[in-house]
Amino acid sequence: MTAHAPNSFRTGPDEKGRFGTFGGRFVAETLMPLILELETAYNEAKQERSFKAEMENLWRNYVGRPSPLYFAPRLTEHLGGAKIYLKRDELNHTGAHKINNVLGQILLARRMGKTRIIAETGAGQHGVATATVCAKFGLKCVVYMGATDVERQKPNVFRMKLLGAEIVPVTSGRSTLKDAMNEALRDWVTNVEDTFYCIGTVAGPHPYPAMVRDFQSVIGWEAKGQMKHAEGRLPDVLVACIGGGSNAMGLFHPFLDDADVRIIGVEAGGKGVDTEEHAASLTGGRPGVLHGNRTYLLQDEDGQIKEAHSISAGLDYPGIGPEHSWLKDMERVEYVSVTDDEALKAFTLCCEMEGIIPALEPAHALAHVAKIAPEMEKDQILLLNMCGRGDKDIFTVAEALGTEI
Amino acid sequence: MSRIEKRFAALKDKNQAAFVSFTMAGDPNYDTSLDLMKALPKAGVDIIELGMPFTDPMADGPAIQLAGQRAIKGGQTLKKTLDMVTAFRKTDDETPIVLMGYYNPIFIHGVEDFIANAKAAGVDGLIVVDLPPEEDDELCVPARAAGLDFIRLATPTTDEKRLPKVLENTSGFVYYVSITGITGAATPDENAVGKAVAAIKEKTELPVAVGFGVSTPEQAAEIAKVADGVVVGSAIVRSMADALTVAGPPKKSFQKDVISAVKKLANATKRARK
Ligand SMILES: Cc1ncc(COP(=O)(O)O)c(C=O)c1O
Repeated sequence: MTAHAPNSFRTGPDEKGRFGTFGGRFVAETLMPLILELETAYNEAKQERSFKAEMENLWRNYVGRPSPLYFAPRLTEHLGGAKIYLKRDELNHTGAHKINNVLGQILLARRMGKTRIIAETGAGQHGVATATVCAKFGLKCVVYMGATDVERQKPNVFRMKLLGAEIVPVTSGRSTLKDAMNEALRDWVTNVEDTFYCIGTVAGPHPYPAMVRDFQSVIGWEAKGQMKHAEGRLPDVLVACIGGGSNAMGLFHPFLDDADVRIIGVEAGGKGVDTEEHAASLTGGRPGVLHGNRTYLLQDEDGQIKEAHSISAGLDYPGIGPEHSWLKDMERVEYVSVTDDEALKAFTLCCEMEGIIPALEPAHALAHVAKIAPEMEKDQILLLNMCGRGDKDIFTVAEALGTEI
Repeated sequence: MSRIEKRFAALKDKNQAAFVSFTMAGDPNYDTSLDLMKALPKAGVDIIELGMPFTDPMADGPAIQLAGQRAIKGGQTLKKTLDMVTAFRKTDDETPIVLMGYYNPIFIHGVEDFIANAKAAGVDGLIVVDLPPEEDDELCVPARAAGLDFIRLATPTTDEKRLPKVLENTSGFVYYVSITGITGAATPDENAVGKAVAAIKEKTELPVAVGFGVSTPEQAAEIAKVADGVVVGSAIVRSMADALTVAGPPKKSFQKDVISAVKKLANATKRARK
């Protein structure tokens, strides 16, 4: 389904919140007035110098931005091909890119006079970021998390509690991220007056996919400047992992119109995309409607949504942001997948070669880098989004490696 | 006149509110569900709302979520739901049937095919929770062109400014959601509901039915005084869950138990204005 290439890949969405046929506002009437209000508030805030200034101040002094661009010499040498650079968003406060977006949304919530923040979380990174910023501003915070994920991400559950958030384990459906998002939407439908829903990725109804992308684009803009400074040119290839797609979209978006930059998104292949246990919605799914937007989804012939599987709780989602679906169909971005085992190998490789313990999510991106870097020329440049650190994953990894902690 | 129009007109003559039941198609299995459906009109149900099961029902509370899961587990598909309507129509050509659900199964079935198949099966109207007026081109416009009613939800968050947009492409009746929240969760405030219904009726000739939190015969009676129809879902679905054995299959008394609960609600609705 390749349509004619547009003049720019950076102008979406249209006024209906569509990227081509993807995106939109597929929500219950109760929520419709709320997302229209949110859209208006966001459009106003975006224009205001003071909003941007407040965000930039916090990004610098609270989050620690800009995150460094780091040349990884031993990884480069080990793989024997392209020069590998890491965009180090794992150094952010709270340990992942998630806080870039949370700060933006919470500042917006404050402008809108909302006092209660709800969020869904899978790995717990978005939940921790939300709980953190809520604590900072003295806002009430309720985090929905699948009961399965509460079990496998215990350290993050405790962190959220320390930060004063209320954690609601979700047992409806099949108790993972998808169900947590359903439950958060149900909360929002119920508490329309005071509540702001802080979505953690580039999914949900319009304006969320565009808004979250805008907040995360700080990654790509910084990287662009830093790369020019380091190498005097743009990278040849960008690689990022994809759960809902926010860290990837944040890195990719500023580069979409740079035709010479090859862009690759890496989905979680779980036990293999030819099995039933994976989370690769673009590779193994087809377009459908869930959580307020049309996008590629893992589903059966009757349109029932399937459960995703990945060793990484943060990639364990049967959908993907609608803009990625569009970029796939337009063939501007390539989407590939990496299995649990490949990600685990890349995880240890990164620890040993660079002294960086990556989160399992970017370990997927690194696994793909390990496949393509050796085939590239030594003067080519590969940029990987190191979007999270692996402290939260050590128990999962220990178990997978058969080690007891 | 459509079946829905006829039914509301006849009830108006009798000064009665319509009793609208919600059950999930295929809960707990196809045969039990069809048998129950066939027994509903005699129990006093004026309009049958039939749920199309979906894995991710974002506007539904636990009772209806579980009903959907039971139906999916029992092998229900969209095609089987349409088959149920076809089978029902063999013995009843008058009771209006409204399918209620979420968009994805319809989208995957194919919108054009779905409309044609639903029409052929004898479906009268559609309620699709996650299709607001902003997405009318998806299903509402083609469904109405084919002669299916598209019944829209109006909610407490639908303000005066937005109401005309909600009513614009609505037909059959308007479904007023009496609470902000999910199905079966809270109890509606009759006073507020009365005012909201009156405000909607100022802007449309269509009948207004009220649902989402109505669970007892007393509440049904109160709503029946201020609205043209009363929708009860979770309470009926809960009575179905109670009539299942621990292992899952229905008890022998399934149909009797559920119908007795339905009758109480229907009678309260019918007697309310006397
Ligand atoms: C470190 C990290 N990377 C990636 C993701 C996946 O989200 P996204 O694809 O939106 O970046 C998560 C989600 O929890 C995460 O914690």
